[in-house]
Amino acid sequence: MASVTEPQKVDLQEPAGWRRTKNRLATILMWISFVVVIIPLVFVLYTVIAKGASVISWSFLTSPIPVSVAPAGVGGVGPAVLGTIEIVALATVLAVPLGVLGAIYLNEYGGRNWLSRFIGFMADVMTGVPSIVMGLFIFSIWVLHFGFSGLAGAFALGALMLPIVIRSTYEMLRLVPNELRDGSYALGASKSRVTLTVVLPAALGGIVSGVLLAVARAAGETAPLLFTILTVTAANPNVFSGANTSLPSQIFVNASSPYPGGQARGWGAALTLIAIAFILMIAARFVTARFARYQR
Amino acid sequence: MSVVTQADQAASGSAPGGLAAHRGLGDRSFQWLALGCGLLVLVILVLIAVTTTQQASSWFSSQGLKIFSTTWNPTVGKFGATPFIYGTAITGVIALVMAVPVSIGIALLLTEVVPYRLARPIVYVVDLLAVVPSVVWGLWGILVFAPWIQHIYASIGSGVKGVPVLGSLFGPPTSGAAFFTAGIILAFMITPIVTSLSREVIATVPTIDREGAYALGATRWEMIRGVVWPHSQGGIVGAVLLGLGRAIGETIAAALVIGASPTITSHLFAPGYSMPSVIANQFGEATGVFRAGLMGLGVLLFVFTIIINIIARVIVERSARRKRGA
Repeated sequence: MASVTEPQKVDLQEPAGWRRTKNRLATILMWISFVVVIIPLVFVLYTVIAKGASVISWSFLTSPIPVSVAPAGVGGVGPAVLGTIEIVALATVLAVPLGVLGAIYLNEYGGRNWLSRFIGFMADVMTGVPSIVMGLFIFSIWVLHFGFSGLAGAFALGALMLPIVIRSTYEMLRLVPNELRDGSYALGASKSRVTLTVVLPAALGGIVSGVLLAVARAAGETAPLLFTILTVTAANPNVFSGANTSLPSQIFVNASSPYPGGQARGWGAALTLIAIAFILMIAARFVTARFARYQR
Repeated sequence: MSVVTQADQAASGSAPGGLAAHRGLGDRSFQWLALGCGLLVLVILVLIAVTTTQQASSWFSSQGLKIFSTTWNPTVGKFGATPFIYGTAITGVIALVMAVPVSIGIALLLTEVVPYRLARPIVYVVDLLAVVPSVVWGLWGILVFAPWIQHIYASIGSGVKGVPVLGSLFGPPTSGAAFFTAGIILAFMITPIVTSLSREVIATVPTIDREGAYALGATRWEMIRGVVWPHSQGGIVGAVLLGLGRAIGETIAAALVIGASPTITSHLFAPGYSMPSVIANQFGEATGVFRAGLMGLGVLLFVFTIIINIIARVIVERSARRKRGA
């Protein structure tokens, strides 16, 4: 009431007393929660860089993995680098076209009908399927019949990437303005042609960036590979048959190793893996900034 | 939409021959191809359920209701899943208790406190937590974090000795690998997703409502309590459930730091086991009913995560739709 009679004396900016204290306290707590997140992040990155940097070198990335469990030296992770590149590349080749086409159905053909909404919903649910379950699935449906191979690993990683690619591509297609489609239809183009030559190129930057993030996710996955590629030490350039290995599997094996050589190899592989993930993430940001025409 | 229909009619109907040729087999088969790729999602989900259940059938049939017994000892043929369900639930709860307040705090910081210029770098930093692969969290967890936190467990353990409830929850540790360590690592791992979803939900609070609260003289905290919280409560519950789904499915980090011991105990600093981590550690050497049992744990895990994710997505979508309508 006082404010009605004496408006000049009220300071709207600064509430006094306990209300102000509570407000300050809340703001401080929010900043503290951010600091709480920074601490483990810095701790992990510092440890991985400190322990990995002394191990990592060109010969570490290319030399064979020591066969004995207690090697004198650190050795290398060449076969694991090769395996990761093979398997992730194959998974990308499998998942990206299927995911992009699926997203094209959801946005360009299905629209808001029940089937398209249901598929979109289940794709979101599928991103929550644990990666270990995806490994068990590929083991049951493929490995039991055709044996361990990089291909089986690629199936598992591809199945994990698929819903991520669908979701990110769908979001990008939605941003393409309808005027572009209408203009092409007005010129007499068919729907498939409009989609492939007008809509997809317009969304390409965003799609590529989403794919790069999905690849980064897949490259760091261990659980789906455990029972699909069977983690060996020998290099296997044939991705389609025979047991294989990968960087995350090597880290997993060496993490429980009591030997300093094995642990050092784990740290070196961890730094390599994080570096790959960072490069992909930065590449995704670069592609978004440089090539994405429509952004959220 | 009407323009599209007209274009389709023009191309298929009365248009000159050159245009009609486009609306032919190629166009229709492209549509079917796209539909097939969309349906692939449903096919994979059904196949996961069918094939893994098939592989687990000998566990379900030979054990019957004993699948929920409290003993898991493959050498004597006992395959009860309860220790793993318990461990999964406990680590999930520990992870949520730690990650949710922090995530909501950061989400509020991003939406209500800092300017846009500062919000972007903060988002990058939080997202970096998600860039660190699970196995790297595990490697760091077992070689660096667990030995370090064991000392803290030990001093907490001796501090609460004899205190009724706390004494049994936080007794002296046997090693750094424990339920609690796994819960902490899982908390780090789910913080980015809970933060980003909460932020999306909070960002849908209408600016007019915020300004209304400020106009009434509310402080920022009072505005958050009175406007932001009631508006985004539902959506945040969905975000938290999605975080829980991630936490209970997280495999490799948990497998390395949880201590690998199928025991049911209220002692949070004791080593335990969770469903995905026992699969990761033991599936390689398992055969027969043993393997079927691990496969069965996978089936249970799949069912749990699917249910949690469906509920969470429904909640998130509903709160998003309500906002669009409002």
